Amino acid sequence: MEILPDIASLINSTLRISTPLIFAAMAGLFAERSGVIDFGLEGKMLAAAFVAAVGSYYFGSPWLGLILAMIACVSLSMLHGFASVTHKGDQVVSCVAINILMIGLTTALAAAWFGQAGLTPTLSDEQRFLEITLPFADALRDVPIIGIIYSDILSGHYVFVYLAYLCVPIVFWIVFKTSFGLRLRAVGENPSAVDTAGINVFTMRYKALMINGVLIAFAGAHLSTAVNANFFREMSAGRGYLALAALIFGKWHPKTALIACLLFGFTDALQIRLQGVELPAIGTIPVQLIQAIPYVLTVVLLAGFVGKAIAPNAIGQPYVKER
Amino acid sequence: MVSPILELKNINKSFGHVQANKNINLTIKKGTIHGIIGENGAGKSTLMSIVYGLYQADTGSINVSGKEIKLRSPRDSIESGIGMVHQHFMLVENFTVIENIVLGFEGEFVFGKKLEKAKEDLQKLCETYKLNIDLDSVISDLSVGFRQRVEILKSLYRGAEIFILDEPTGVLTPQEVDELFKILRSLKEEGKTIVLITHKLNEIMDLTSEVSVMRQGEVVGHTKTTDTNKEKLAEMMVGRSVLLRLNKAEAKLGDVVFKVENLTVKDDLDVTRVKNVNFEIRSGEILGLAGVTGNGQTELLEALSGIRKVESGAIYLNDEKISDKDNLLDPRELKEKGLAHVPEDRQRMGLVTDFKAYENLIFGYHDQEPYSKSSILRDGDILSFSKKVMEEYDVRPRSPQLITSNFSGGNQQKIILSRELNENPKILLVGQPTRGVDIGAIEFIHQRLIDMRDKGAAILLVSVELDEVLSLSDRILVMFDGNIVGERVNKDVTDRDLGLLMAGVA
Repeated sequence: MEILPDIASLINSTLRISTPLIFAAMAGLFAERSGVIDFGLEGKMLAAAFVAAVGSYYFGSPWLGLILAMIACVSLSMLHGFASVTHKGDQVVSCVAINILMIGLTTALAAAWFGQAGLTPTLSDEQRFLEITLPFADALRDVPIIGIIYSDILSGHYVFVYLAYLCVPIVFWIVFKTSFGLRLRAVGENPSAVDTAGINVFTMRYKALMINGVLIAFAGAHLSTAVNANFFREMSAGRGYLALAALIFGKWHPKTALIACLLFGFTDALQIRLQGVELPAIGTIPVQLIQAIPYVLTVVLLAGFVGKAIAPNAIGQPYVKER
Repeated sequence: MVSPILELKNINKSFGHVQANKNINLTIKKGTIHGIIGENGAGKSTLMSIVYGLYQADTGSINVSGKEIKLRSPRDSIESGIGMVHQHFMLVENFTVIENIVLGFEGEFVFGKKLEKAKEDLQKLCETYKLNIDLDSVISDLSVGFRQRVEILKSLYRGAEIFILDEPTGVLTPQEVDELFKILRSLKEEGKTIVLITHKLNEIMDLTSEVSVMRQGEVVGHTKTTDTNKEKLAEMMVGRSVLLRLNKAEAKLGDVVFKVENLTVKDDLDVTRVKNVNFEIRSGEILGLAGVTGNGQTELLEALSGIRKVESGAIYLNDEKISDKDNLLDPRELKEKGLAHVPEDRQRMGLVTDFKAYENLIFGYHDQEPYSKSSILRDGDILSFSKKVMEEYDVRPRSPQLITSNFSGGNQQKIILSRELNENPKILLVGQPTRGVDIGAIEFIHQRLIDMRDKGAAILLVSVELDEVLSLSDRILVMFDGNIVGERVNKDVTDRDLGLLMAGVA
């Protein structure tokens, strides 16, 4: 039996499955580095998936759907900011409100517009993103090693997959090599220091939330207009929470968060492949047990293996000038 | 005639119903060190926050070098050449020195040339003022004294001509204070102007050439430092004459009440902080424990009050062993045996600051009559008790219903004292009783402690304020690196003598 194609296909699905996690983790990174908890990644991802699917269906262009999804997610981020930055409300409560609202709203709107609760019409090929075959992929397929890496692993993904892996170094560069990044990190650690340096704390947090909204829109659009050809109820399936776990596991750092996302993606890819596989001596492992792997891994990693994850110092605290 | 660099005219500022600043007029001359002195809550910090642009004044105007400036945010005041070193440092702890300094003034989106240039400039500034700072070290690795220098360097780099320092010495060791004063003097020699906010009279007399006194939101006096003295300034601050030296009678020593034998204590990181310490306290005696912060006093006090485990040795109260390695009476049992504790950190350990004053006034005794019956609190009795003790201890304002965090530091301390002293303890452990407390309240608290002593209590006073230890104690122990390195009877001891012991030299 040939094992190489198996491995190639496992890596291929890992890259694909990790994509929404990466976008969500990077989105969360901006919010949380600025001191705003973003528990609402899940709800925003769901909203993005819905808006992207609907937008693409009506306007016939998945890119337009993506832009509408960005507008929707930025609006939700601004709502979160308005409640928790401007009005200093509890950040977790605001996020939970967004999450619950989005589950209900997407289902209800789908029912109202398309007559099916929580389901949007199937998109045609023009209305969705298709897999991209990289140049010469077919020609190189038979070259040993390179052929597998290039044609079977790297080629044939949706545009979002490439964007996600491009996004990580850019995020790293912004956060650690620019003045905006310096201010972003400072505002999440000690907002008073930022205020006394003559920078508006609230503006900084809103800017971070805006970037957060744009990035999370990619995750949602990937789900409903690329991997799938429609939106269905609760299709984000906990990926927002998983991304947040990856962010914490990655200690709010783009590189380690990426590794965490890939790890979660890999276990998910693995569990899909392991389903129904008969292992010698053990027999078939129950599906439920295999499906639990990514979640068990999350708990184990978060509970101990990571060491102490040090959160931004001012995370979760609304900024109030001292009296 | 030196020209004024900073002029404040008719500044008013209210927070809700509280008027923090009333019609302030203040002129600060170029190239001077100008002191602003006043009790806590006199409005000094508010005024300076207005000058720094953190708050906007309700009315009034501010001139810098003769030109009126509009301050909407700290950026405006930084651009007018005003720098401020806050009481709590405005530094990002996990950033390097240079990152903290360029924050907000990076001058470029992508770090590159400007950052290199900044580094060179900063190195030069460090040399000019002998700041001796490593620009690449992370703030959390620096001592408090060095963090303060980073703040000064930050203002220098941003081109400040006027430096406002808010209570700069509160957190420094005596040696660090000396270093700071050297830096401030060299700033003055370079023609910079310094505004020093403090409630410590010694600093005003040492450093400033002019001084303004604030009381209850108003400037009540302005004078050349050479024309005044500590007593006059204290009187202006408080509005009445203050006894800077306490009147206290000779101690009438009784039996040994409290005894510590070969006590060793470790801290949370398993480091031995108290090493084989022995002492005893008699009734009617105040034993002062002097030492620079962090030499084991905190851990000792915690062990004595039943909060921290004893590693070896024993503690006796009236010849009864109350704690050793295997047995530790908890604070409640100790309380029943007549031990009271005024903790060093009043906001973290002494009070629940979000609770109302009357709740804090009975904490620890709340399950006893008359405060509660059959586990139900009796609000009426608690309130009438609270009103009575707030009167007796002069807690201001006298509102038992007010949230504790709204009281000033001195009044919070009075709340703790009234609670702990009300039960007439046999042994009283007091940590830093007047840290961050204004001068009027210091006098009151000191007098109360003397009264307790004269009533026959044994008192252990732990304080980093040498003046306090000297004016209250009958006998003084000095702690250094976990050991008692010296014992002196207060009659024949000098500052210098104690200072050397505290530094571990003698």
